[in-house]
Amino acid sequence: MAKSKSAYSTPTKQGKIDTHIIVVWVDNESGVLARVVGLFSGRGYNIESLAVAEIDSKKNLSRITIVTTGTPRVIEQIKLQLKKLVPVHKVADFKKEDKKIIFKEMALLKIVANSVKIKRAINACKKFNGVILDNTKKSVVIQITALRRDIDKITKILKPLGLVSVSRTGAVAMTRGAEVFK
Amino acid sequence: MANLMTGAEIVFKALEDQDVTHIFGYPGGAVLPIYDELKNHKSIKHILVRHEQGAGHAAEGYARSSGKPGVVLVTSGPGATNVVTALTDAYMDSVPLVCISGQVPTHLIGTDAFQECDTTGITRPCTKHNWLVKNINDLPRIMHEAFEVATTGRPGPVLVDIPKDIQFAKTKYFKPKKEKKLNGKLSNKFNQKEIDQLIDLMLKAKKPVFYTGGGVINSGPKASELLRELVSLTGFPITSTLQGLGAFPGDSNQFLGMLGMHGTYEANNVMHDCDLLINIGARFDDRITGKIDEFSPKSKKVHIDIDPSSINKIIKVNLSIVGDVKEVINLTIKTLKKKKLNLEKSNKEKISKWWEQIQKWRTKKSLNFINSDKVIKPQFAVQRLYELTKNKDTYITTEVGQHQMWAAQHYKFNKPNRWMTSGGLGTMGYGLPAAVGVQVAHPEKLVVDIAGEASVLMTIQEMSTAVQYNLPIKIFILNNQYMGMVRQWQELLHEKNYSESYSAALPDFVKLAEAYGCVGIRANTPNELDEKIEEMINTDKPVIFDCLVDPHENCFPMIPSGKPHNQMLLGPQDQEEKKITGKGKTLV
Ligand SMILES: Cc1ncc(C[n+]2csc(CCOP(=O)(O)OP(=O)(O)O)c2C)c(N)n1
Ligand SMILES: [Mg+2]
Repeated sequence: MAKSKSAYSTPTKQGKIDTHIIVVWVDNESGVLARVVGLFSGRGYNIESLAVAEIDSKKNLSRITIVTTGTPRVIEQIKLQLKKLVPVHKVADFKKEDKKIIFKEMALLKIVANSVKIKRAINACKKFNGVILDNTKKSVVIQITALRRDIDKITKILKPLGLVSVSRTGAVAMTRGAEVFK
Repeated sequence: MANLMTGAEIVFKALEDQDVTHIFGYPGGAVLPIYDELKNHKSIKHILVRHEQGAGHAAEGYARSSGKPGVVLVTSGPGATNVVTALTDAYMDSVPLVCISGQVPTHLIGTDAFQECDTTGITRPCTKHNWLVKNINDLPRIMHEAFEVATTGRPGPVLVDIPKDIQFAKTKYFKPKKEKKLNGKLSNKFNQKEIDQLIDLMLKAKKPVFYTGGGVINSGPKASELLRELVSLTGFPITSTLQGLGAFPGDSNQFLGMLGMHGTYEANNVMHDCDLLINIGARFDDRITGKIDEFSPKSKKVHIDIDPSSINKIIKVNLSIVGDVKEVINLTIKTLKKKKLNLEKSNKEKISKWWEQIQKWRTKKSLNFINSDKVIKPQFAVQRLYELTKNKDTYITTEVGQHQMWAAQHYKFNKPNRWMTSGGLGTMGYGLPAAVGVQVAHPEKLVVDIAGEASVLMTIQEMSTAVQYNLPIKIFILNNQYMGMVRQWQELLHEKNYSESYSAALPDFVKLAEAYGCVGIRANTPNELDEKIEEMINTDKPVIFDCLVDPHENCFPMIPSGKPHNQMLLGPQDQEEKKITGKGKTLV
């Protein structure tokens, strides 16, 4: 074996990487998002998407939903590190495959094309419960609320039909049934 | 109309209510209102440092030796950026600091005003929490919360950034409230069942070991007392991390010495071969574990820590107990006694073979070195310093490098809070200002910084501080004319290419001492060492002691990088023997 020249140990084998949705309830104060995001970048964790907004103006609470990937140990660390932040109240974690959880992302899609193509575009979106928000002779803006992969799919379909602009949110999540995460 | 106070008054009011008696700081434009208020608060003494990094490390030394939070006061911009190293150091080693920084007035924030910087942005990753006070009404609450966050749970540094206009603005002050919230972060989460499981593991173990760390010290002197009781009750061997030294008596027969990269042969072999590893307040740092895959492969592992995120971070454990070390040990001892297991007898038999094995490892005498009567060996210098100061209640700080490891190996600590060293960050320049802080907290005690000639030059300006406040700190420099630790790595791993590790153009430390108005002493040979050390101890002024040591000495034992604990590199004596006998190849 070649002699290591490093003062540190060499990296060892990694575990299996899964996609998780982490939900964080935080005090809605200045800098809180920077703390959460800084924790991810500082410790080398991954952020695939991020959604954040105030959910309770009386209690001054915001809810941050982060889609991330990592080995089970990394995911565990992410949760424990988040819980240490002073403005964090609670942290929930769901596997992407979890059947008890609803995930949704929203996309706004602008199509600029002739009326034939616009029609075909609107039709293509029907499968994904597209909602028309704006309609002119030359263009249409469609809203879609779906899973990430479905939105990926529809954007691919719409490309040749005149899709010129896409705006997407990060995923938000909610448990099914009457249960509430404590 | 209730009594309105200015922001500057509120800062001091809060410090008074938190029983702060000393602050370490440096003035500037953005903190002038606070400095103006200083004169009205006689119970608080300000120590003027010579560089803000010095203020931070002094506050760390103060905190670690006294158990109280250290308080730092700096101006905006360069004042704040200069303190970042110390904040990071305190963050890594879990030292409670409250740093107050001035900021440009709120209406100028974001305009690149003179001496403006994004202080809360810069310090966010190196503090437990920080606050930019935008509204005077928030100031009393934030000041109290700052102390709360710094000192509870796993301690650490916090920073409060106060714009200048807020320091002038007025509001009502209120005292700290008793109830603690912090979003439910402060609970001791362990229960009796976990303690029972721990005891069960302890009863079954044939090769147990306690591996203890700075968490025991941070839990307060009571935790160290309880640890001693637990260790004697169980008869188990105990090893300690760099930061844990002093929690258990260094001269006890049950103590195996420090473990890790420069730990003893017996401590590291015990870690490797044990069947039960009980980690109390340590964090499986990479200088401790060596190669993760081969770390203590045969043991069941227990981790007792106040910080849940330390558990399973590096090493997966079989049992985790989240709580304050003091409380956990206390309940463990109580339970052990209640069960009347007659542990002392039954256990001792069960682990007697283990102790036999440990005795065999001990015969290696891995801290031995080949002494000389011509040149001072650095290890010998530390040993003599220890022998000549052990009957005093001595406080030791260090810089970073070989001298730090020799200090850890050869100075034996018997009490907690007597050993201040930069472990997590490994900050050269820590020891001198830390000694200043320790001496402020303990004016009558002997405080020695075991230093390297390279490190000490990073914060040497704090000698002025020591002189100004009559702080008789002793800077004991093991002068090997090299960045010795760097030279050692280059010798062992980079084919002796000593790239930039020679300490060229060193000052004359004796003259330097005199220039600062303190006392310089030099020791050239082993036979004058004792006499010179005595002279240093008996000098009631700050001393710079230039101890000229062998420039080529290396620090052993050593676990080379990427190697497990049972493959240590031992000292030259052992390497010689191996050559002769051809045995022990596994140890190279
Ligand atoms: C601020 C800082 N810069 C660089 C280093 C890397 N470093 C670690 S030990 C060392 C040499 C220290 O030399 P000296 O103080 O003379 O101690 P010795 O090892 O010779 O005892 C250096 C450069 C460090 N730890 N801290
Ligand atoms: Mg040196």
